[in-house]
Amino acid sequence: MNNSSIELPAKINRLPAPPKSGRWIMPGLGLFQGLMVAGRNMVESYYKKERMTTIQYPEQRAPISPNFRNFPFLCYDKEPVAGLRCTACSICENECPPKCIYIVLDRDENGKSLKRPKVFDIDISVCMNCGICAEVCPFDSIYMDGEYELSNDDRFGGLLLGLDRLSKSAEYHMQLRPEEATAVLARRKADEEKKAAAQAAKEAKAKADKEAKEKAAAEAQAATEQKGDSV
Amino acid sequence: MFSPPPALEAGPDDDQLLRVSLGPQHPSTHGVFRMNVVLDGETVVSLKPVFGYLHRNHEKIAESVTYLSSMPYTDRLDYICPLTNNWAYASAVEKLAGVEVPERAEYMRVILGELTRLINHTAFAGFILGDMGAWGSALMYAFREREKILDLFEDVTGARMMSNFMRFGGCRNDLPAGWVDKVSILVDEYGPFLDEMEKFLLGNEILLVRTRDVGQLPKETLINGGITGPMLRAAGVNYDIRKADPYGIYDRFSFRIPLGEKGDCYDRIMIRFLEMRESLKILRQALDQIPEGPFINPKAKIRNFKPPVGEVYARIEGPKGELGFHLISDGTVNPFRYRIRPPSFINLTLLEDMCLGLDLADVVIILGSIDIVLGEVDR
Repeated sequence: MNNSSIELPAKINRLPAPPKSGRWIMPGLGLFQGLMVAGRNMVESYYKKERMTTIQYPEQRAPISPNFRNFPFLCYDKEPVAGLRCTACSICENECPPKCIYIVLDRDENGKSLKRPKVFDIDISVCMNCGICAEVCPFDSIYMDGEYELSNDDRFGGLLLGLDRLSKSAEYHMQLRPEEATAVLARRKADEEKKAAAQAAKEAKAKADKEAKEKAAAEAQAATEQKGDSV
Repeated sequence: MFSPPPALEAGPDDDQLLRVSLGPQHPSTHGVFRMNVVLDGETVVSLKPVFGYLHRNHEKIAESVTYLSSMPYTDRLDYICPLTNNWAYASAVEKLAGVEVPERAEYMRVILGELTRLINHTAFAGFILGDMGAWGSALMYAFREREKILDLFEDVTGARMMSNFMRFGGCRNDLPAGWVDKVSILVDEYGPFLDEMEKFLLGNEILLVRTRDVGQLPKETLINGGITGPMLRAAGVNYDIRKADPYGIYDRFSFRIPLGEKGDCYDRIMIRFLEMRESLKILRQALDQIPEGPFINPKAKIRNFKPPVGEVYARIEGPKGELGFHLISDGTVNPFRYRIRPPSFINLTLLEDMCLGLDLADVVIILGSIDIVLGEVDR
């Protein structure tokens, strides 16, 4: 412990203690002061705008903050469920603190992965709204929703969200968090272009290789033919 | 081995004594807690705390999930001030893995941490009056101001209380546009609110009579008991981790550590009001100085985070005292051992010593003045 770093402490400014006889100089003065504060607060609550904070809920709603998070949803670009961005990689399943996500990978009849979820369940009675799933997803697939009216009369099935209820469109995401969604869409587009460019380059290279090979083969053939001719 | 708490039916030998099961039993007070009190008339003869009603197995769960997944569980430790819990855990893991924190993130942490201290001490002022029977005005005024800070938290972290905001190497997201100005306005308005609250409470004769010279302990007992935070400083011991073992960027700010004289309940209330004023000072400096830049270390790993093998203990000055995390890593994605040093729990250990010989009504005030949250005591 480095004592030189400690500054001189501030002493408590104590109110004068009551005399030993037990009689106060002005008994009740502090109480009266406190009552004045309470009275002013009560009167202010009737006319001051910032004090009248009640919102008539079903008719009026308070705006929700853009960072507000509730339960996760899955994002799709074009068609619901089939067009999900999710590849069933199970990263969110592993990182989920209360383990409320359950994923089964879809496979074709040969057992080859189709890179999409067959089952994707989130039990929102277990979910603790932490947002870690959205944070760790590398495929921009899972995001936190702002929906808060979720009361349900079915305790089990009603709170277990499957693929059909989790799928929400990219437009919905755009509406919910425009800034984040725009950035994500721009990045995805750039990635796709990059991928397409890489694919094109690969194809071009393959084509060039093929042509070169053909050319070489043709030359070799021509050479052998020439040789044959000369013989 | 689990041994059940002593049954109330087993009467004392002396039939003049009375056994009472006392305690805040409602979650909206301090939590769910029980004290087995033996009374001789009104005087406390013995007091045995019984807790564990809010036990959630946090430490064991943390050993079976990844490092990042423990972060939202730390919000639930002391649910009045989640951001300092996040900070303590993040600093422990950063120490373990040797992750640097960028400048802006450090300032964000200080701002959020000091706002959390304001929330905690404001709520304390309301709750202690509730414990004295003035259930209403004081708590409502305190919660009105607390709600303004919680709205600011929601803008940044996405949730009022369960923030889950700090990350290993920074914070989860940047401050939204205009947020710093909003905090500046709040900081300017907070001084007048504290004036009003002090006028409302601290001159009140009933409060003076009920808190003066109640629950004092000698300094040596407090130090030997491991008491930290405002409880210790109210007794006049100059120990604040922000000064004694500066973490983060606290050595850059100029502020003072308020100290009490006697260490009775009145000093403990007073010290929290003075600390709030010092917090406002720190906030003003931090809001002026906050730089632009990255809010998280770009090298910090989010997925598949594996710190090297090692053992650390990192501590911060939480609003209630020294909050520390002890982590042992075996190099896998899960911590091998995860242990919390909760200030509420350790401060509670001297409850019986403070209460013996006093009236039953004083027990409630002493419990309130320790400022416990049962989520942290039971974990």
